This record gives sequence, structure tokens and C-alpha cells, in this order.
Amino acid sequence: MWIILGIIILLILFVIWSYNKLVRMRNQVKNAWSQIDVQLKRRHDLIPNLVETAKGYMMHERETLTKITEARSEAMKAGSVGEKAKAEGALTDAISKFLLVVENYPDLKANQNFLALQEELTSTENKIAFSRQNYNDQVLFLNNQIQMFPSNIIAQTFHFQEEEFFEIEEKSERETPKVSFTTPTT
Amino acid sequence: MWELISANKRKSVILFSIMGACLVLLGYFGGEAFAPGGGVYGLLLALVFWLIQSVIAFFMGDSVLLSSSQAQEINEWNHPKLFNIVEEMKIASGLEAMPKIYLINAEAPNAFATGRNPQKSAVAVTTGLLSKCNRDELQGVIAHEISHIMNRDILFMTFAAVMLGSVFLLSRLFLREMHFPSRSRRYTSKSSGGGQAQLIIFIVAIILAVIAPILAQILYFAISRKREYLADASGARLTRYPEGLASALEKIAFSEAELPSENKVTAPLYIVNPLKKGLNLSALTSTHPPILERVAILRSMGGGSGYLAYQNAFKKVTGKSSLLPASAMKDFTDVSAREPSREEEKSRKEKVRDIGDLLRAINNFGFILCACGLKIKMPPGFKNEKLSCPRCGREHEVPFVAMAAATAVAGDSVLPEKNRQEYQRKGHGWESFQCQCGRIMQLSPSFQGTHVRCNTCGSNIKIGNRSPHHGDTETLRKIGINPRSQASKH
Repeated sequence: MWIILGIIILLILFVIWSYNKLVRMRNQVKNAWSQIDVQLKRRHDLIPNLVETAKGYMMHERETLTKITEARSEAMKAGSVGEKAKAEGALTDAISKFLLVVENYPDLKANQNFLALQEELTSTENKIAFSRQNYNDQVLFLNNQIQMFPSNIIAQTFHFQEEEFFEIEEKSERETPKVSFTTPTT
Repeated sequence: MWELISANKRKSVILFSIMGACLVLLGYFGGEAFAPGGGVYGLLLALVFWLIQSVIAFFMGDSVLLSSSQAQEINEWNHPKLFNIVEEMKIASGLEAMPKIYLINAEAPNAFATGRNPQKSAVAVTTGLLSKCNRDELQGVIAHEISHIMNRDILFMTFAAVMLGSVFLLSRLFLREMHFPSRSRRYTSKSSGGGQAQLIIFIVAIILAVIAPILAQILYFAISRKREYLADASGARLTRYPEGLASALEKIAFSEAELPSENKVTAPLYIVNPLKKGLNLSALTSTHPPILERVAILRSMGGGSGYLAYQNAFKKVTGKSSLLPASAMKDFTDVSAREPSREEEKSRKEKVRDIGDLLRAINNFGFILCACGLKIKMPPGFKNEKLSCPRCGREHEVPFVAMAAATAVAGDSVLPEKNRQEYQRKGHGWESFQCQCGRIMQLSPSFQGTHVRCNTCGSNIKIGNRSPHHGDTETLRKIGINPRSQASKH
């Protein structure tokens, strides 16, 4: 009699514990997602300043600059996670190309304002990468918990859904970047 | 992460309990040896002793540590790069709150983390570290420190250190009391009727008093070393770049300089043991694993950066069985390491100059960037509204002095009455108030201006209806100084 009662109580405790764990994990996924959002927005805010500062120095790189601006407005329009990932990937690409080209402009690199912006941009790029990394970790934890026995039973009963990973297609990570060392004639 | 922390916790708790047992047994037998039945009192004494110290360490440990190492807090504006790196690692680790950042003015490259929980934590780095390391290396070091915060190592090590201290003190107390007994020698078998039993207790107590401190110390070091490896593993995983931490550790290891404000108890908190003498001791009594071994492990991770890669490298290098339990790793897929960052490294000279500027910025110096490329530095309290560049002779307006003068004319941003408050320093002439950004400032009686510049947000604040000291304005006029430009004086 007492044993059965004990088992029931243990079961109830287990359900409560794993339900709470799932909720906590789901919140962590949400939190991680909002971190990515914050950083993406920060990047969008930085770009106009950057383009404005660089414009005067980079007469021959109008194409690179327009590409960034276009990629930015594309990324700001994107709605779904998939679209967003693609557009932000393109923007990351455009920015890393830009940062490579900058190497050819010593005057621009000596500009204090630009240096500060460059530090912010580099760091924002890193922050996006790290928040994505953290988000994917959290999604993995949640998905594991949802799939594994016995927590999968609780996850199914309370309709916990698996989350999507956030993968950015970054061409530049695979290709070796081409840098031209010809000094532009200004 | 949960599994890793809890597995970590379980093992530490076992070691910790053995240390606790040392303390309790020492207390009991020590008490019993002095007087039959005194064991309970001895035990209570030991526990109360430990508890009081722990409470003090819990609430004041971090501030004591930071002030004893003369660390100064820095913010986003002082050193954007360091601030960004810490924020990057905060994001990567999913830490809830941004740790405070402190700078220690010391040539020796080193760093430590402190704080009682992940919500309230701090990392401190030395100027030597900033001047010697590039971005990837700094990132590695900061990731290691943030891992300490995430794994709650700091709190745990503080309690362990306090317990070690308590065991030391009790055993010393007991042994001293034996050499110079203050009261009747009731513990000798001759005078007391206890006979055999009392003698055995006495012997046990002596053995304990000798052995317990050694045992506690070995346990303490074991806990500390294990946590260093773990923080290295998490650091590699957070940055996805083991080489960064490895080469930073190498630089730290081969640096000649020594930390001035080091002491034995805080040594385990640093990323690398700051006590150079400790390097010669045997592995058993060292708080940190041999640094070159740590480097070797990080470098043999074979392109991976996850826990599994670290575990395998650990086995290969040390020959020991395992570091992490399997349950801790089932949640993690292995990840490959990333490319080094492209940032070009500044020359040593430039880095040292940057550090100098950073220290000046913390100490309220003002800066002007001249078009000729010279950075003009002005000491706090610089009064002239204009100055000419010593290299090219261009005229510059000194921004904060000019700004203070402008606001004095315009008379805006008068400090709201509610922000003026009596805070900490009371007494004749002292005044304190709060800026919009939250910083609380105190003005000494020698402060003469009607404006101050906030060191945190840089805004100029008019001290509402505050009149300069009597006579001061007059004297200033006499010696030819515009009293308004005094505003920048801190």
C-alpha cells in the first residue's frame, strides 16, 4: 500500500521536474534567439555609419559599398528564420569582403572614427557568431530532451516542439578569400 | 551544460566533504584531548569558526580580493576591445549578466575571475596581459575566466580556501596549546583517571593535528587543478579556438615579471599560478596543473574544440583516465575549431602606448586627436580652453573645458534636486550627488567649480544653486584664471 503511494508520489515529482526542465530549456532557447536578434539589429545600425565614413576614402570600391547597403536592406526585410539566415549570411559575406578591401586604404585605416567603427563591427560579427553558437547549443539540448526517453513522454503530452537550428551559409568561410595587393591609384 | 556542472559538482562535493570531515574530526578530538567530554565544544568551535569566515568570504570576498590586488574598474569607453571581448564570451556562454571588468596595473600577464554567482561577477586582467596578447589570445583567457564563473568555481574555491584556513588555524591552535599549556595538564594520563582511553584520544588528536592540514591542502589542490582543466576545456569550446588560449598560456608562462600583490590564498583564482616558486613544487601540492601540460593538451585537440576532443587530448598527454564523466558529454556534439581572426596585430610599442593611454583614461585624463596624428594628453584638472599641438602647432579647443564654459553660459542641465543627496561622506564642505547615468560623485571641500564632468558618461553637470566658496572667485580672478574653466577640475 505505502509502496504504491510512494511510487505514485515519485512519479508525480518526476513529471513536475522534467516539465520544469523542459520549460527552462525552451526559455533558454528563446533567450538565445533574442540575443541573436539584438546583435543582428546592432549590425544593421552600424552599417550606414560605416559606409558614410568609408565613402570618402574608397572612391574605387563603390560596388563593395553598394553591395553592403543592399545586403543590409535585404536582411532587414527578411521574415522567416530561413530567409533571415540566408540574407544575414549574404550580409556577413559582404562585410568580410569589405574588411578585406579596407586593407588597401591606409588613410582610411588611420581614421580614428573608422577604427572605432571597425572594432565595433568586428566584435558584432563575433557576437553574432557566438550568439548563434549558443542558440544552436540550447536548441540541441532542448531537442535531445524532447527526443530522449523518458522525457519524450512528457514533452509529447505537453506539446513541446523541437526547434530549428540557425545555420548561416557563409561562402567566405570555405573559399579562401582573394586579396589584391595592388595599390589603387587615387 | 547542466550535466557538466552537476557532474562537476558531485565530484567536488565528495572532496569537499572529506575536507569538512578533517575539520570536524580535528575539532572533536582536539576538544576531547583537552578535557573528556570537551569534544562537542571543540567541534562546535570548529564549525562556528568556519561558518563566520565563510559568511565574510561570501559577502566581501570579491571586494577584498579586488582591492588587495589594486584593481581599477574599466568601462566600455576606456577600452572598447576588452569590453567587447568580455561581452562576446558572455554571449557565447549564455551568462545572464555582464561581468564587471577590472584592470590591474602590473607587468606580469595574468587574469582572474571573482564574484559569488553568475549574476554578480567580475574579471580582472593585468596590463601586462593586455599588452602581450592579441585578440584571439585575450579571448581565450577571458573564456577561461568566464568558464570559472559559469561552473561556479569561484564560490566553491572560496569556501574550500576558507575551510583550508580553518583547518590550519585549528591545528596550529591545538599544537601550540600542547607546547605551552595554559591550564592544568588534564590531558596527560598521569593525573587524570581516564587512563588508556584518554591516551588514545590524545594520540589521535596529535596525529590529526599533524595530518589534517596536509590532507586538506592536498584535497584543496586536487579540486583546484581539476577545475583548471575544466575551465580550459570550456574555454576552448566557447571560443572554438584552443590555440588562442594555448598561446596565451605560453606567453604567461614565459613571462619574467612577477605579480606584486599576490598571496597564497588567492593564487588558485588566477589563470596561471602567480607564485613562481610554486613551479618547482611537486605536482601534488600545486594549485595549477603544469602550464606546459595545459598547453600541450590544448594543442593536441586535433582540430576539434569540443569536450570530447579535450578529453581525448587529456588522456593522450597526461596518461590519466578521464576528466569528464560520459554523462556530461552526451549532450554535446563535437565541433571543429575555427580559423584565427584576421585582425592584424599591433606592434609591441603601440600596445604599450595603448596601455598607458588606458591607465590615463581611467585616471581622468583628457585626450585630443590632432589631425597630424598626435594624441594630445591632458592631465585631470587641465584648465586652458585652448591649446596648440606640440608637433604641428594646430589650435585645438579643449572639449570638456569648452563644454563646461558653454553650459555655464547656457545654464542648462541643472541638477534636479532629487539627485542631490547625502551619500557616504558627510561633513563640512563635502557634497555628493548622482548623475543621470547613475554614477555617484563626491566633491571634496576643495572643489570650487559650479560644474563637473561625469567620468562615466562624460556629460557636464551643473551643480544647482551652488555658489563657489567665498573669496575663491576673487582670488582666482586675481591670479588670472577664469573661474568658469575650473569646472573641469575633479
